[in-house]
Amino acid sequence: MAVDDPGVVAAFWVLSATTIGGALMVAAVRNLIHAFLFLVLSFIGVAGLYLTLSADFIAVVQVLIYAGAIAVLMLFAIMLTPLAARDNSETIFLAPAAVLAGLVATTIALIAVDTSWPLSDRGPFATTAAALGEALLDPFVLPFEVASVLLVVAMIGAIMLVRED
Amino acid sequence: MSVGLEHYLVVGAILFSIGLFLVLAKRNAVGILMGVELMLNAANLTLVAFSRFIESPRPIDGQAFTVFVVTVAAAEASVALALIVAIYRVRQTIDVDRINILRW
Repeated sequence: MAVDDPGVVAAFWVLSATTIGGALMVAAVRNLIHAFLFLVLSFIGVAGLYLTLSADFIAVVQVLIYAGAIAVLMLFAIMLTPLAARDNSETIFLAPAAVLAGLVATTIALIAVDTSWPLSDRGPFATTAAALGEALLDPFVLPFEVASVLLVVAMIGAIMLVRED
Repeated sequence: MSVGLEHYLVVGAILFSIGLFLVLAKRNAVGILMGVELMLNAANLTLVAFSRFIESPRPIDGQAFTVFVVTVAAAEASVALALIVAIYRVRQTIDVDRINILRW
């Protein structure tokens, strides 16, 4: 069942334009720091799209982890490589990459529009955090534990890679 | 005018293809990483959209997958950026075209 609320519909179009426009600017701008700022704008647009899908917890996670943690990590990587080129406009295989990306987008979009999805009329979620917590600790408890091990491994690996001695 | 599943899937497809373009075309390693993050975001967006619109006995599962994707993305970003900094210390560049000491 599609969403008819005019506020949500307007929010969808504005947030989609923000997200895709930000992503396009990441590809277009010349300065790497500016590209990074547009990437954060795109992440926040995706967080807003999650809100229009009534996924409130995921939206907060998106802002905290993508627009917060991963963005700061990227900024540190840019700042820690001061002698490297800040020029974001250097590209290789520009035309083939653009053609391939356009073909991929067209194919996925055509398949998405053409398929008759088994739509549900359950409406928006009233609340997701409690249900998500139950899902993570009941059917997904093994992946949940593996994810914690993965985070520890990644953290130790990152420290080992940049340690100076 | 209403917004349905297809709208979100098309936005996800466009976002994914922009990320794919960045990965293929950029020469700066951080720019490539930005493309990877955009692709993961597009996948997350479609997962959450499916969880909202598709008939299922456990509709919240799509959002649980998204939590795992975000976890893996955070781990991937930290290791990738550590690799970039480590390569920079040796080569003073993060241009992937110039990191070619294995080429004969």
